[in-house]
Amino acid sequence: MPAEKKNRVWRVRPEWPFLLFLLSLVAAYLSLVILMVGANVFAASWDSLPQTLVNEEIQSAIGLSFRTSLATALLSVLVAVPVGYFMSRFEFRGKALLDSLIDVPVLLPPLTVGLSLLLIFNQLSLSTTLGILAMGFVISFFGTWVGKAPRQVVVFFGLVTVVLTLGAFWWLDKEMTAEVALGEAGVPVTFRPIAVVLAQFPVAAAFAIRMMRTHFDEINPRLESVAMTLGCHRGMIFRQVILPISGRAVLAAGTMAWARALGEFGPILVFAGATRGRTEVLSTSVYLELTIGNISGAAALSLLMIVLAVSAIFATRLLIGKGGRG
Amino acid sequence: MILEVKELTVRNGDFEVADLSFEIAAGECVALMGPSGCGKTTVVEVICGVRDGQVSGMIFLDGSPITGLLPGERGIGWVPQDLLLFPAMTVQGHLELGPSARGWGRNQIEERVEELAQALGLENLLKRLPGELSGGEARRVALGRALAARPQLLCLDEALTGLDEKTHCDVLELIKTMIKKEGVAALQVTHSRQEADELADRVVKMIP
Repeated sequence: MPAEKKNRVWRVRPEWPFLLFLLSLVAAYLSLVILMVGANVFAASWDSLPQTLVNEEIQSAIGLSFRTSLATALLSVLVAVPVGYFMSRFEFRGKALLDSLIDVPVLLPPLTVGLSLLLIFNQLSLSTTLGILAMGFVISFFGTWVGKAPRQVVVFFGLVTVVLTLGAFWWLDKEMTAEVALGEAGVPVTFRPIAVVLAQFPVAAAFAIRMMRTHFDEINPRLESVAMTLGCHRGMIFRQVILPISGRAVLAAGTMAWARALGEFGPILVFAGATRGRTEVLSTSVYLELTIGNISGAAALSLLMIVLAVSAIFATRLLIGKGGRG
Repeated sequence: MILEVKELTVRNGDFEVADLSFEIAAGECVALMGPSGCGKTTVVEVICGVRDGQVSGMIFLDGSPITGLLPGERGIGWVPQDLLLFPAMTVQGHLELGPSARGWGRNQIEERVEELAQALGLENLLKRLPGELSGGEARRVALGRALAARPQLLCLDEALTGLDEKTHCDVLELIKTMIKKEGVAALQVTHSRQEADELADRVVKMIP
């Protein structure tokens, strides 16, 4: 063999074209995001920003945005955890169809979501809605009882749920006293703060369900098989084995639902309206400011929403990164 | 006989374990041996009730057929090859889970946990999570979890694989002691003749 071939180095193709391809796409996408944020920064009138933020109606919108998006996130997680687990672990006929149905709120045009809610709830009074919720509690009591939980747990769970729900109703809608809720059969759900939560819920919950399902899919089902050989029933396995390792996923799903709820607009406009000081939230404030030609005010509010959403997601990522169990 | 397996056939796609029969007497330890891929783990998982697939033949535990029973109704303790400890549950939680699921009283559970922790040398590890345990410690926890509710049969799937020499000897001695102390029959899955000779009273060979 010739001497110069002995020391030959095997050549590989350079990596830089592929890296350049990746970097250029990352840069293009990030530039768009940065430009979008930058556009709001430049459009916002910094002199009038404090004035906008101390405006009573805007403060009320900020407050309602916080309360409704938080309530929606909690409600979404409460629904997403069991639904995600069910879809991950059980095989049945029609599962593909059910799976597609879960994504319907994400796929529908936002206005259609709002219109659908309007068509359903326009026929229902507040008292009927509360009645349906009460029925939900009865069913969940029954479910817990069938799951052989001790009686004290069922009673405690029931009382906590009722108190929390009533508290949440009052927290969301201070005008809704017991007389209004139960006494006047004709009081509609629509165009009240509770309607904002109902408008935010379908899309936020669909995202949360998808995230929780992906998380449950990643958990080795053989863990549950071991617990079954020990005599645990499914409820016990869910409570003692699955939930403790799902803390981070629940937090991530809750944050995603919260961010979605905060930015929701179309369904809120159609179903809850944008009444200043009553059902106005940050996203509808931006719209209202635009309709009166206050571009800088709208940009300032958009900026506030961006800061809130980015801070929350960043804080959650930090929390999840540091996280202990689950 | 504690366990009787009669003409057991398991099909899963192209894979098949055909016509397997063997028995285990009370207090006996039997090794199920065979080369990798011959279906040893499948057989053990079918006996434990955690493997789906087309299964025919009969399995009796203490004279009663268990083929149609749920895993929890069989009274079999299972130590899987990958141990499958619960990531967010303490060692104490692992030892308590079986008795608690079987409805034991609080005092009984505490006594049992204390007894097992002492026998398995886990007294100082009770508050630890699986991620904080060494390979040998994790195996002891999986063994304790499987034995906690006093099963009639203990299934050990490659319980000694992947351990260094010293830990291998320690865990082997511990398994022998525990099987004797608990008076439980055992089915050990292994591909190693040496491991089978070290632990089992008798060997059942599977041929692919």
